[in-house]
Amino acid sequence: MTGHMTGAKMVVQALKDQGVDTVFGYPGGAVLPIYDEIFQQNEIRHILVRHEQGAVHAAEGYARSTGRPGVVLVTSGPGATNAVTGLTDALMDSIPLVVLTGQVPTFMIGSDAFQEADTVGITRPCTKHNWLVKDTDKLATILHEAFHVAKSGRPGPVLVDIPKDVQFASGNYVSGKKVPASQYKPKLKGDIELITKLVEAIEQSEKPILYTGGGVINSGTAASQLLRELVKGTNFPITSTLMGLGCYPASGNNWLGMLGMHGLYEANMAMHDCDLMINIGARFDDRITGRIDAFSPTSKKAHIDIDPSSINKVIHVDIPIIGDIAHVLDDVLNMWKARGRKTNTAAISKWWAQIDEWRSVKCLNYKNSKKTIKPQFALERLEELTRNRSDRYICTEVGQHQMWAAQFLGFEEPNQWMTSGGLGTMGYGFPASIGVQIAHPHALVINVAGEASWLMNMQEMGTAVQYNLPVKQFILNNERLGMVRQWQELLHGERYSHSWSDALPDFVKLADAFGAKGIMVSDPADLDDAILEMLSYDGPVLFDCLVEKHENCFPMIPSGEPHNKMLLGEAETGDAIGSSGAVLV
Amino acid sequence: MSALKIKKGSSKHSAYNLRSSFGDEIQTHTLAILVDNEAGVLARVIGLFSGRGYNIDSLTVAEVDHDGHLSRITIVTTGTPQVIEQIKAQLGRIVPVHEVHDLTVDGPHVERELALLKVGGKGEKRVEALRLADIFRAHAVDSTLDSFTFQITGTPEKVDAFAELMRPLGLIEIARTGVAALSRG
Repeated sequence: MTGHMTGAKMVVQALKDQGVDTVFGYPGGAVLPIYDEIFQQNEIRHILVRHEQGAVHAAEGYARSTGRPGVVLVTSGPGATNAVTGLTDALMDSIPLVVLTGQVPTFMIGSDAFQEADTVGITRPCTKHNWLVKDTDKLATILHEAFHVAKSGRPGPVLVDIPKDVQFASGNYVSGKKVPASQYKPKLKGDIELITKLVEAIEQSEKPILYTGGGVINSGTAASQLLRELVKGTNFPITSTLMGLGCYPASGNNWLGMLGMHGLYEANMAMHDCDLMINIGARFDDRITGRIDAFSPTSKKAHIDIDPSSINKVIHVDIPIIGDIAHVLDDVLNMWKARGRKTNTAAISKWWAQIDEWRSVKCLNYKNSKKTIKPQFALERLEELTRNRSDRYICTEVGQHQMWAAQFLGFEEPNQWMTSGGLGTMGYGFPASIGVQIAHPHALVINVAGEASWLMNMQEMGTAVQYNLPVKQFILNNERLGMVRQWQELLHGERYSHSWSDALPDFVKLADAFGAKGIMVSDPADLDDAILEMLSYDGPVLFDCLVEKHENCFPMIPSGEPHNKMLLGEAETGDAIGSSGAVLV
Repeated sequence: MSALKIKKGSSKHSAYNLRSSFGDEIQTHTLAILVDNEAGVLARVIGLFSGRGYNIDSLTVAEVDHDGHLSRITIVTTGTPQVIEQIKAQLGRIVPVHEVHDLTVDGPHVERELALLKVGGKGEKRVEALRLADIFRAHAVDSTLDSFTFQITGTPEKVDAFAELMRPLGLIEIARTGVAALSRG
C-alpha cells in the first residue's frame, strides 16, 4: 500500500506490512496519535503492560519463542528510559526487537520540554541502530529499514524515535517492497577455503567437541536441523552455552549438557582436553572460558559466527569462518559428505570412553531431603511432570534457579528456552513468559523464578490477569538472593551483606489480590500434587515453592580457574577462589 | 579481606588475563572510515571508542561526497594488534559505516595535518621564528607587531618538530586539525 497519510497511520501501516500481529506497549502523551490509530483497527493486537521494561522483556519472549522481531511502543522521556534495560538485554543476547518511542515535537527538541529525553543519545550504545525521524516523508522507509536491520546479520534491538508533530503531519507512505535496498547486507556464505580446512580438521580429529551457542537458534530452525545432522554423521560430542540450549536435543546420545561456570563436569572437561573445538554461534563469553590463558590449551579452534567482531575478540582461533550458521553448516556437511564422510572413528570411540568416565562422576548429584524441598528436586519433579509436553516453553529469571533450570530441565527443540544470558537481568523472566504466552496461547509456559527476581517485575501480574494468560510462575523461594549469598559464603567470609529479604509478601495472597491463583508448597511429599494443580489450572498461577535456604549451586568453576578445576560440591569449596579470581564478577 | 586488595585496573592480576595469546606490542594505525553523513554517526564512532576503552590519537571528519551523503572519518589509534583488529571489526558493524580501511596495513599512504601556531615575541626571537618558519615552509597567515600566526602542513611529526622549535621563541597557542590520510597511487 502506498499513499498520503499521517505519520501515526504510517506506523500502523508499516507494522502491518511487516507482518506484525502483536505490539507490547504503554501509552503516553508523545504517542497518543499512534494509539489513536491502533484504536481504529483490529489487525494488530496491542498488549498493555504495566511498566515499559515489562514491554521490552515481553517482546523479547515473543521474539525468542517465534523467531520474529518483537515490537514495542512506548512514550517519550520515562517511557523510553524505562526501556533501556530491556534494550541492553536484547543487545547482549542478540534478540531482534523494534522499539518505537514517542518524542516531543521537533520544534521543542532540546528545550528540556516535559517528558523530553535524548532517547537516541541514551539508547545509542544499547541498540544495534536507532533513528530519530524528523520528516514524515522518511518515516515509512526508516520503519522498514528498522525491521531489516533488527532481523539481518546478528539480530538485535533497534529503536525509532518519532516526534509527535511527525506523527500528526502527513507524508508519502511507501510499502516495504518499494523501499530501496539497504546498504546493510551482512555476509551469509562462509569462505570456502576455511570451510575446507574445517572439514579436514573434522576428518582428522581424535578428541573433537562442538561448542554451540545462541547463534544456532538465531540462525533459524534449519541451522538446528543441520547441526543435528552433523552430530549424527560424525558422532561428535556436543555441548552448548546457556543461550544455545535446545539447538540439540537434551535426550540425544551425544549431548554433554551445558558448559561453563555452572555447566556439567563432562562438558567442561571435554572442552579442556579436546583437540578440536568447533564453536558454532557462541562467543567465548567469560562464563564459558573461565581463565583465558588456561582455556582448552591443546585444541585447534574453529569459530563460525555471522559477526566478524566476535572472531578473535577473546580467544584466538585457527579457523575463523564468518557467515550464517545454516549456510556454513550446509556447506560443511555437503563437503564432508562429498569427501566420503570420514572421521577418525577409532580415536573418537576412545574419546567417548573418556567422556563416559567423566559422566560417571554424576556432577549433578545433590543431597535430597525428606523435610525440605531442595530446589534441584523441585526442578526434577517439574521436568518429570512436564517433559512430555512438546509445547513447553521455559523462561527464567536470573540467579541460582536459572542455573539449576539449565541443568535439570531438558530442551528438545530450539526457541523453547528464554533466559537472560549476557546481561543477567533479574526481572526478565516474568514479562518474557507473558510475551511467550501471547505468541503461543495454548502452550504450557513456565517461568522458573527466584522470589527476589520475580518481585522486580511483579507488576506484570496485572497484564497476565487482564489477558488471562495461563503463565505458571514457578518460584523457588529461599528468601535469599541465592547466588549473591553463595558468593558471599565462598568469597566474603559468610558475611551475608543484604542478600536476604526480611519482608517478603505472602505470595498466595498476592496472587489473590491480582485475581490469579496462588499455591504454596513446603513439604516434599506435597510437591507433585501441587505441581499438577498448577498445571491443570487455566489461568496465571503464582507457585510459591519454599525451598532449602542455603543450597549452593554446583558444579562450579570458581572465578579465575580453568575448566578442569571444577568444584563438585560443598566439600571442595575451602579457599576455592584465589586472590586473582576475587576481583572477577 | 586480603584477596580483594588488588590494584584498580591491574590486568596483571586478572585471572582472565585477557588477550594473552596475542602479541602485546602497541602499534599506531591510521583508519579511514566511510560513513553515511547522517545525524549521530560521529557519536556512534566516538561512543564505540569510549565505550570499549579504545584510544583516539586524532580524529578528523568531513563530508567528502555531497551527492552520496558520505563522510570520511580518519582516526589515528593505538593498541595491540588484537585490539586494532577488534576496532576495525566493531567499526564495520555500525550500520551507517560503509567501509573501513586500515591505511597502515593497506600499503603506502600519505598523512597530512594542518596546524596554526601563534608565536609572540620581539626582536631577534621574532626574526628567528620567521626564519624557522621559512625552513618548514610554514606561512605567516596573520601578523601583528608582536606576534605571528603560522600555518603549517605536513606529517604530525613535522608539526611536532615545528611546535617544539617555536616553544622557546614564544609559542602562545596551537590548533591542529588532526590527520587526513589517503593511500598512494
